[in-house]
Amino acid sequence: MSSVAETPEQKHLLSKTTIGFWLYLMTDCLLFATLFATFAVLRGATAGGPDGAEIYEMPVVLAETIILLTSSFTCGMALLGMMAKNTKQVLWSLVATFLLGLAFVVIEVAEFAKLIAEGHGPQASAFLSAFFTLVGTHGLHVSVGLLWLIIIGVLIWKRGLTSKLTRSLTLFALFWHFLDLIWIFVFTVVYLMGVVV
Amino acid sequence: MTVSHYVTGFILSLALTLMAYYVAVYHPTHSLVLLILVVLAITQLAVQLLYFLHLGEEVGPKLKQLSFWFMATSLIIIVVGSVWIMSNLNERMMHFSPQEKTEYMLREYDKGF
Amino acid sequence: MTIDWLQMLFGRLSLDALPSDIVTIGGAAMGVFGLLFIVGLITVTKRWRWLWRTWLTSLDPKKIGVMYIIVSGVMLLRGLADVVMLRAQQALFATGMDSPIGSDLFQQVFSAHGTIMIFFVAMGVIFGLINLIVPLQIGARDVAFPLLNSISFWLFFAGMALMNVSLIIGEFSAAGWLAYPPLSTLEYSPGTGVDYWIWALQIAGIGSLLSGVNFLVTIFTMRRKGMTLMKMPIFVWSVVGSMALVVFAFPILTATLGMLTLDRTLDTNFFTSDMGGNPMMYVNLIWAWGHPEVYILILPAFGAFSEIVPVFSRKRLFGYTSMVWAIMAITVLSFTVWLHHFFTMGAGANVNAFFGIMTMIIAVPTGVKVFNWLFTMFRGRISFKTPMLWFMGFIVTFTIGGVTGVLMAVPGIDFQVHNSLFLVAHFHNMIIGGVLFGAFAALAYWWPKFTGFRLHEGLGVAAFWSWLVGFVLAFAPLYILGLMGAVRRLDSYDASLGWQGLFVVAGVGVTFILLGVFFQVLQLAYSIWKRKELACDHDPWNGRTLEWATSTPVAEYNFATMEAVNDRDEYWETKYSRKRRNHPKYSDVLVPKNSGFGVYVSSAVVVMGFAIVWHMWLIAAIALIVTIVLAICVGLRENVERVITAKQVAESEKKLWKGAGA
Repeated sequence: MSSVAETPEQKHLLSKTTIGFWLYLMTDCLLFATLFATFAVLRGATAGGPDGAEIYEMPVVLAETIILLTSSFTCGMALLGMMAKNTKQVLWSLVATFLLGLAFVVIEVAEFAKLIAEGHGPQASAFLSAFFTLVGTHGLHVSVGLLWLIIIGVLIWKRGLTSKLTRSLTLFALFWHFLDLIWIFVFTVVYLMGVVV
Repeated sequence: MTVSHYVTGFILSLALTLMAYYVAVYHPTHSLVLLILVVLAITQLAVQLLYFLHLGEEVGPKLKQLSFWFMATSLIIIVVGSVWIMSNLNERMMHFSPQEKTEYMLREYDKGF
Repeated sequence: MTIDWLQMLFGRLSLDALPSDIVTIGGAAMGVFGLLFIVGLITVTKRWRWLWRTWLTSLDPKKIGVMYIIVSGVMLLRGLADVVMLRAQQALFATGMDSPIGSDLFQQVFSAHGTIMIFFVAMGVIFGLINLIVPLQIGARDVAFPLLNSISFWLFFAGMALMNVSLIIGEFSAAGWLAYPPLSTLEYSPGTGVDYWIWALQIAGIGSLLSGVNFLVTIFTMRRKGMTLMKMPIFVWSVVGSMALVVFAFPILTATLGMLTLDRTLDTNFFTSDMGGNPMMYVNLIWAWGHPEVYILILPAFGAFSEIVPVFSRKRLFGYTSMVWAIMAITVLSFTVWLHHFFTMGAGANVNAFFGIMTMIIAVPTGVKVFNWLFTMFRGRISFKTPMLWFMGFIVTFTIGGVTGVLMAVPGIDFQVHNSLFLVAHFHNMIIGGVLFGAFAALAYWWPKFTGFRLHEGLGVAAFWSWLVGFVLAFAPLYILGLMGAVRRLDSYDASLGWQGLFVVAGVGVTFILLGVFFQVLQLAYSIWKRKELACDHDPWNGRTLEWATSTPVAEYNFATMEAVNDRDEYWETKYSRKRRNHPKYSDVLVPKNSGFGVYVSSAVVVMGFAIVWHMWLIAAIALIVTIVLAICVGLRENVERVITAKQVAESEKKLWKGAGA
């Protein structure tokens, strides 16, 4: 990252904010860990309702996974563009990231809406409460990321790559990669292990 | 940090995802399937940490790594501990009906601290 | 579909929410009149602008620290008022006489007592001390994220405000300080009490989380040049441990409270008894946070004592390295013992044995620290000033508490004394004898640094002895009562049990504690009145660490020059080996500009919490949007610092050091 921050003060600020944000991500990991632990404990508590294997649509989940992974990759492209001071590459990569992220959220909302319409809402059983909360919290994070992405994108478009915006973009990229990381475990623990057992 | 770096990370992640999907969806009854899924997920975690989050590239005091490992330790303690405690409790308390559970826990409520 | 707009606007709020019984009306009236009095006083003396500019919007950690401590001081008084009611009930009315405190109110009062004392007294005073001391001890001019620090304080304030609103509008939780389900579910607590509890904690908890991140980054990236990790003052190390626990334990609280909220508002089934829900999971999770929380509170108190003992013994701290390792060991181990809070819930022998053994192991590093303090005092030239007296009181009460704690770590013994007053006495030994005495010692010790005058010694001694005697009288009977079978949270018992005498003794103890608090208030007032006579220079105790090197009162920029650090007791070494430079070379200093965002965010969040508690969904949604917009504005802020020029620094230094023999 040394090519981004020019002066020693900017460098110090970048490392301070990066470490601070990293620590925030660690706290978020533990938030998810709590939800994962709850899910693990309650996954069998279906109260006579459906279990995971009966309600998951695996091809759709695979599509979600690939979409989010690709968006993580395009986000990395934005970061590379930033380091090469290529505003155009940054903006196009961010647009791609946004569209992929939006697609992910839309698919997830549709999945939730369908389950609720079928009577398998979060109230139906402890398993479904844990499922909706874990997956929904991840989705909420992605939505917040999308809002953040719009703001950064518009500002970079208007103002170019100022030192403040490069800092924000660096943090945003960390956040977005982190969400993909969490999704690996949602994908594995909630969905794949759900159809296995 | 180069394009090839990200491309490698992307392709590896994609491959690991598809492998996990294949194993879980087409061989759900295989005896080793859970183990395979865990190994694949942790491999992908490592891939993304290295290629996307650049965890290994820190210079100077390695605060990111330090906090990551501390977080990982507490995370494992909490998740494994909770599952262990709760499965033990479930095993021993399985005969409870919801009504009995309620009464038992109402008595339990001020045992804490 | 029609939307009931009145319902969206007012939710379940109506005039019935105002208090109706005499005790609550009294409390509410005191709160309201106290607030009106303060507001009136500020208005009459025309201090609003001054208050806003110098305090409320200040990003100076020294001022934020003072505000934390003021809030927790006020909350300590409220928590004490609660406990006076509890003990009065148990000593006088519990055997059948008519009491003004009904059973339900009794449950509310002790829930409020626990919640207030832990979250708004202990946490507040700890964060206040950290704000005051940490930047100075690491030789920094500020914290890593000044505005975030202000927002953290204001979130803490918002949680406190919401908690106290429940006194006037609605009710407070009657489900204990940790709100175990199913008692805290809608079925058994349909009112607003548990919701108030949830949102007060959730808001204050998020503030603490942000503070934790802030101070870890501050300590790791902003230390003075030359201050390696093993040269940091031990208080800073203790804060590293404590804040690491905040960062890694508070998310568990956030998630758990979140799930309880969903159970109560969206009818999910995490912790209900039917539909597969599991209330035991709540108990498990809340203690996975709750046990680290205990160490979050006690570690900084340990750190403060580790500063005080060497200074008042005129010796280096004994076993610095082992102290650091002890702190770090406690930090990690505190994540491995949480089940000892629910040994009796039904887990098997293996599980109980594992957590029992871990609990005994965590006592080892704590024992190391006790011996280090004692060896520091050994052959030292000890002067028994108030901070040292508090330490002496601490070492006795805390060790007794530790011993009873290890006793209860044996699951077999815990089965006998769980849920009893024995347990209550144990944890008060730790929290009053440990955290509170530590805070009092720290306040007496660091007070002159920030004000330029000492606290009156005689009144301090009187306060200490009243507290100590009161403490022993109040809690020794509880150990005995616990062994006799008296359970906690007891609002009535049969007179034939013969417990009343001991309860009366405990009540007398509370009176002594109140006397101690009276002496403390008197000490503050008298010392401020006589501040000219009690005036002292920048280093009244012959201190060892960097905070004593700078001027008193401390300048906004903390240090005028930033020389590299060479030693663990840096100031002690330079004081005796090097002369203060007469013509230091100053340079420009950047300090953060004031910002009102803390107050704005806090206001929006209080409204949001209140609206959610009362199901006023329209207002809640608006407040949420305002909060998000404010967060975006915080992110977009530019031009956040102002310059204090080298010339201004020189002038201010001249003024600050005048009369100090410089």
